[in-house]
Amino acid sequence: MISYLVRRILTLIPLFFGITLISFAVIHLAPGSPIDVLADLNPKMTAEAKQRLISYYGLDKPLHERYYQWLRRFASLDFGVSFSPDRRPVMDKIRETLPITIVINALSLLLIMLVAIPIGAYSASHPYSAFDKSLTLFVYIGFAIPTFWLALLALILFSVQLEWLPISGFRSLDYARLSLAGKIWDMVSHLILPVLLSAFGGLAGLSRYMRGSMLEVMRQDYITAARSKGLSEREVIYKHALRNALLPVVTILGLSVPGLIGGSVIFEQIFAIPGMGRLFYTGVMSRDYPLVMGILTIGAFLTLLGNLFADISYALVDPRIRKGGKG
Amino acid sequence: MADRDGDSRQRFLPKHNLSLFFLCLSLSLSVSLGGCSEDKRTETKSQRDESAASHPQPAYGDTLVEGSIGDATNLIPMLASDSASHNISGLIINGLVKYDKDVKLVGDLAESWEVSQGGLQITFKLRRGVTWHDGHPFTARDVLFGFQTITNPNTPTAYAEDFRQVKKAAALDDYTFQVVYEKPFAPALTSWGNLVVLPKHLLEGKDIAKSELGRKPVGTGPYRFREWISRDRVILEANPNYFEGRPYIDRYVTRVIPDLATMFLELKAGGLDLMGLTPIQYKRQTGDRFFQQSYHKYRYLANAYTYLGYNLLDPKFKDKRVRQALSYAIDKEEIIKVVLLGLGVAATGPYKPGLWFYNPDVKKYPFNPARALALLKEAGWEDRNGDGILDKDQEPFEFTVMTNEGNPVRQRTAVVIQERLKKIGIRMKIRVIEWSAFINEFIDKKDFEATILGWTTGFEPDQYDIWHSSKTGKKELNFISFKNSEVDELLEKGRRTFDQEERKAIYSRLQEILAEEQPYTFLYVPEALPIVHSRVYGIEPSPLGISYNLHRWYVPQGLQRYDRTELAP
Repeated sequence: MISYLVRRILTLIPLFFGITLISFAVIHLAPGSPIDVLADLNPKMTAEAKQRLISYYGLDKPLHERYYQWLRRFASLDFGVSFSPDRRPVMDKIRETLPITIVINALSLLLIMLVAIPIGAYSASHPYSAFDKSLTLFVYIGFAIPTFWLALLALILFSVQLEWLPISGFRSLDYARLSLAGKIWDMVSHLILPVLLSAFGGLAGLSRYMRGSMLEVMRQDYITAARSKGLSEREVIYKHALRNALLPVVTILGLSVPGLIGGSVIFEQIFAIPGMGRLFYTGVMSRDYPLVMGILTIGAFLTLLGNLFADISYALVDPRIRKGGKG
Repeated sequence: MADRDGDSRQRFLPKHNLSLFFLCLSLSLSVSLGGCSEDKRTETKSQRDESAASHPQPAYGDTLVEGSIGDATNLIPMLASDSASHNISGLIINGLVKYDKDVKLVGDLAESWEVSQGGLQITFKLRRGVTWHDGHPFTARDVLFGFQTITNPNTPTAYAEDFRQVKKAAALDDYTFQVVYEKPFAPALTSWGNLVVLPKHLLEGKDIAKSELGRKPVGTGPYRFREWISRDRVILEANPNYFEGRPYIDRYVTRVIPDLATMFLELKAGGLDLMGLTPIQYKRQTGDRFFQQSYHKYRYLANAYTYLGYNLLDPKFKDKRVRQALSYAIDKEEIIKVVLLGLGVAATGPYKPGLWFYNPDVKKYPFNPARALALLKEAGWEDRNGDGILDKDQEPFEFTVMTNEGNPVRQRTAVVIQERLKKIGIRMKIRVIEWSAFINEFIDKKDFEATILGWTTGFEPDQYDIWHSSKTGKKELNFISFKNSEVDELLEKGRRTFDQEERKAIYSRLQEILAEEQPYTFLYVPEALPIVHSRVYGIEPSPLGISYNLHRWYVPQGLQRYDRTELAP
């Protein structure tokens, strides 16, 4: 097991640097530069002033040199200073925005699991029943509806008509004056719609996965063996089949990290939540290279970490993988 | 509606070099100056007057919440180029001069000024007894320090150019600041807005770009900085010691809501008091009883116009008659009706109607396809082979118009034009390209046939950079390569002349030539459409927009919505 782990981690290191190299190259290949916002079609900008800005941001140095400098700073976990006019450290910006993004994504993932796994399991144990079909229809509707549209409808109903929930942001204007309980409810009420809606769109994938995995397991010999032992159908399904069917499902969660970060852009945009998705989006639009690199690196790191956990959990339960090297 | 992002939040920025005309960027990155509303069409304005007839007593207190699609980036004006930052810092930081209600240049931190030596020297007499928000007295040394900072090559600013024309700047005493120019430069005076006033005692010896003042600004203005939660909100509070008197409204909050639909719902739910509407929202979604009772809508011409520009190096567009024909073939009123839902006016030149230098009596191009065809025929374009497309020397008349991604208003404009040109036998293709690639690969390299773009304009008529023949180089703003010796002369003379009447004559002639030559087909001037909660009184629309007198707005006692906040003296 140890050697498997060491091997996995060792392969991750070059992979990680490969990702940063490719990211670095790609974002610099995209047309435009951080000074465009200031300089494009601005009459007050002479060629000389533009040149000064270019060297101010270090954009006059060759790409490989810039990558090398980036790596050197990264070695001390420094992502540099944002190119945005606020000139703040990228690390500070990520630190401000990452928690709220992770909270929303974690809650929504939890909700997806809580709903999708029972749906998938039930569908698999009653395949092609009317209930299976309607559940399938339901999750596909969630998958197909454009989430931004659904979000606006939900806002109109719950926030404008019924006035149950706040519309945007994650804290009220008078947050500082609220009691502790008031503060907690304030936060929770701001999170309800974003979490519900992002979960709704993600139900289809996981529940289908669950259903497929469960059907697969149900065909296995040990299920037949369990049935022939005379166990009740209930016990067969929930004790033997479900546990085994869950394994591949849980591991795909590790792979869903990049998708979650990407998906956050839309929700944070609609609900005006000051999270990392929006930070990333504005960074890309203004060609804020250090910021974009910082977020991509964190994203890559989290993804690889997710993969590693998936591998480990797989290896823990499946000896074939753990001992793979020794045949 | 990205085009509107800047425009919708029009606020007069006392500072800005008022001759700026940034291109309307797609991401609300453009700096927009105030707008215009001398026009009597504002139905809401007259309603407003009736309801204000009772003249409730001004009262201190309450909070106003404004919606903004983008967060501010830096609250030191010279370091920021986005409208969100300038809107907020404009309330915190004063300049030496500002425009008054009637777009006349008046003193702000300067009490008076004197232009001498044929326009080479300007001497500002500063207000006495003004203090920075931290209590430190404001003096001429702060202005000199600001000037030195903006002209320092290490300061990453986009606004240094006007100040490089200055040969010498000096603080003669605590309340006298003097600048001497290399040569007479008429737009100079307007440049002494709030870009160049900095608290020397807080910044001296520090790197301004990394200064915490960008996050926690200290100014002399009606509002002082309280709190900035990144990407969420900026909170300002009234400055009790403001030299024009303490503002009535206690707190001014700018909330960042990137999605316009969400912002509108927030307004509807009462979470916002102030935002810029899109034409659809203005026309179709805010007409019901609820909105009529709770909000007041305003409309005034934005400081911007949209145009169809022709690459004059292209043989097709070299002939003036062809350009005139295209202008006749395009129905501007139709574009305004369809694309802007009627919320705009046809442009006749590069200035918006209503300003002192606007010339209404230039050659106009009302929709007239027959006239267009006649002109094209004169220029040799005729449908000889009967395929429905005009041709000349066996070449069909077709061209591609380019515009930037993320601006649906421009894209729709292109479609309307395409349809009109098709009817007279011109095939126009539309290509929409992401902003950076569009500018760097096509505009800067002059690799385009025609383009739909917009300029943000100001209250200073100088447009040397856009029309002068010396500005046709790579990456310069006369990218359509317009060359006209009389225009060159006028532009040069306009920069040297200080007398307003003389300048008016100069720029009137400039507009006549541009109208005759049609290097652009000037399409339309859109309107800014702010909406403000009806409990707010004291709003007086002017050509500058509505926000220029924000510190005089008030909410009468009984209508206040938020608790008073205690202000430290």
